[in-house]
Amino acid sequence: MMVMTMYTSNNPCSIRIGTTIQGKWHKRRYEIIKQLGKGANGVVYLAKEGRTFVAMKISNQAAAMMSEVNVLKRFSEVQGVALGPCLLDVDDWVHPQEKKMYSFYVMEYIEGDDLLTFIQKRGKDWIVVMTLQLLGDLHKLHEKGWVFGDLKPENLIVAGAVPKVRLIDVGGTTIRGRAIKEFTEFFDRGYWGMGTRKAEPSYDLFAVAMIMINMCYPKRFERKENGREQLRRMISSHSYLKKYEKILWRALDGKYASADEMRKDLVQCMQQPSARVEKRRGKAARKFRLLETMFLFVCLLFMYVVYLYVQIL
Amino acid sequence: MRKGTLRQILLITDGCSNHGEDPIAMAALAKEQGITVNVIGVLDQDVIDEQGLREIEGIAQSGGGISQVVYAKQLAQTVQMVTRKAMTQTLQGVINRELKQILGSRASIEELPPEKRGEVMEVVEELGETVNLQVLILVDTSGSMKMKLQTVKEALLDLSISLNARLGNNEFSVFAFPGKKGEVDRILDWTPKMESISSVFPKLTSGGITPTGPAIREALQQFQKKRSLKSLLTHDGDDDVYIEQSM
Repeated sequence: MMVMTMYTSNNPCSIRIGTTIQGKWHKRRYEIIKQLGKGANGVVYLAKEGRTFVAMKISNQAAAMMSEVNVLKRFSEVQGVALGPCLLDVDDWVHPQEKKMYSFYVMEYIEGDDLLTFIQKRGKDWIVVMTLQLLGDLHKLHEKGWVFGDLKPENLIVAGAVPKVRLIDVGGTTIRGRAIKEFTEFFDRGYWGMGTRKAEPSYDLFAVAMIMINMCYPKRFERKENGREQLRRMISSHSYLKKYEKILWRALDGKYASADEMRKDLVQCMQQPSARVEKRRGKAARKFRLLETMFLFVCLLFMYVVYLYVQIL
Repeated sequence: MRKGTLRQILLITDGCSNHGEDPIAMAALAKEQGITVNVIGVLDQDVIDEQGLREIEGIAQSGGGISQVVYAKQLAQTVQMVTRKAMTQTLQGVINRELKQILGSRASIEELPPEKRGEVMEVVEELGETVNLQVLILVDTSGSMKMKLQTVKEALLDLSISLNARLGNNEFSVFAFPGKKGEVDRILDWTPKMESISSVFPKLTSGGITPTGPAIREALQQFQKKRSLKSLLTHDGDDDVYIEQSM
């Protein structure tokens, strides 16, 4: 998102494809295959250790990398349900030409589309499904005392034969009650003038509502003077979002105390529309019956006319 | 428990100084007094010339801070990021110094094995969350900045949203240069809340000269004043410890 020109020492490092990287401490070897993406603090590469594919994040900001590693470690302590990618290795690497030290960590490679691409490919029906899955994961995360922070479609990958949304890039994950570490303006309630940047569950839930909006407006939009009014217009003018208007507003206004609460409301709202469909079907049936009657009537009239005609002749 | 205070100067400018002392020397002076100087260069569509760029980098380098050049649109996000990064950098400097005292002159966070480094970083983060922070913001209001002042205002409001989410206390002060009469004008005195800035900002007029050096010198004096005032109020200046940087 941010096209920043960095003139400071924190230029992200660029590594040629095919380079082999060996860790300074643990001596494990990785071959760089291709670049997967760029974050605020470093570059993520697809790499190969022996025959297994892994994702490697590498940066010259040792400190920022370490705090991400700390979060990933915490996540793996409470696994069972994988909240983020598994952490496989943490090490340093000395660039042979630049003679500079880079820090890197290696994670499990999660293969899949990012959320927006997935929705574009598979259709709007998946919006609520993905949101429900996301809320389930967030609830677990919040219960462990964390807030994800930089929640956005780019940080969500849909993986597996049975589509399951996964959280990647834990750089913004913050201990509950502290100040949010990293955020993206469109998904940040501070930017929209609708709340603080304190790490609390409602911060993430605001972002969830914005993700739902983003899934319906893939292009995003910039804030005008009155952000709240602008969001109101965007929601009520979209047929899909309108259905969930009440829930979206509760999330945007920080009225949900937990992700689970929002999840329950969504499930309930999902079940309602089926009643409306039946009603519509009833209406259609009535219309059909009316047509049938008219058709019979016209037929009879026609036959009567023919009968009269024959009689007169 | 004694709480530390981090002191920063944040300079928002779009080009070269042309009046008064050398800003790079003034930034070095700030560093000597334990004050970090960060610089954000604001671009329009046009590019900052080579000389301006070198000055921006130079000020941040000799001021022990961070510099970044961005388009006006990204200013809000950059201001908060630069401020936070500079905080972390300063705190790391402090911890590095402690490590050197314990482990000898060659020790630093980077030299620790990754496992130990993780533990140190947790301490740095904890400190970054709870430490008190004083930021003095210097806004360049010379001619070419006129169109960008609205964006600068929004970025500063955004900065206070970010920092006020922390557990530690914050104090902000805003100065503009060139001032109406002198080289520098105070727009906002030390306050934990930035909201009042909205009413002052539209009144700013832009002048011709760009006295970046004198502005930094004036900012240093403001910190001095604040410090002596505080020690007067508390009778012993010792309960307010300033964290000084050594990288």
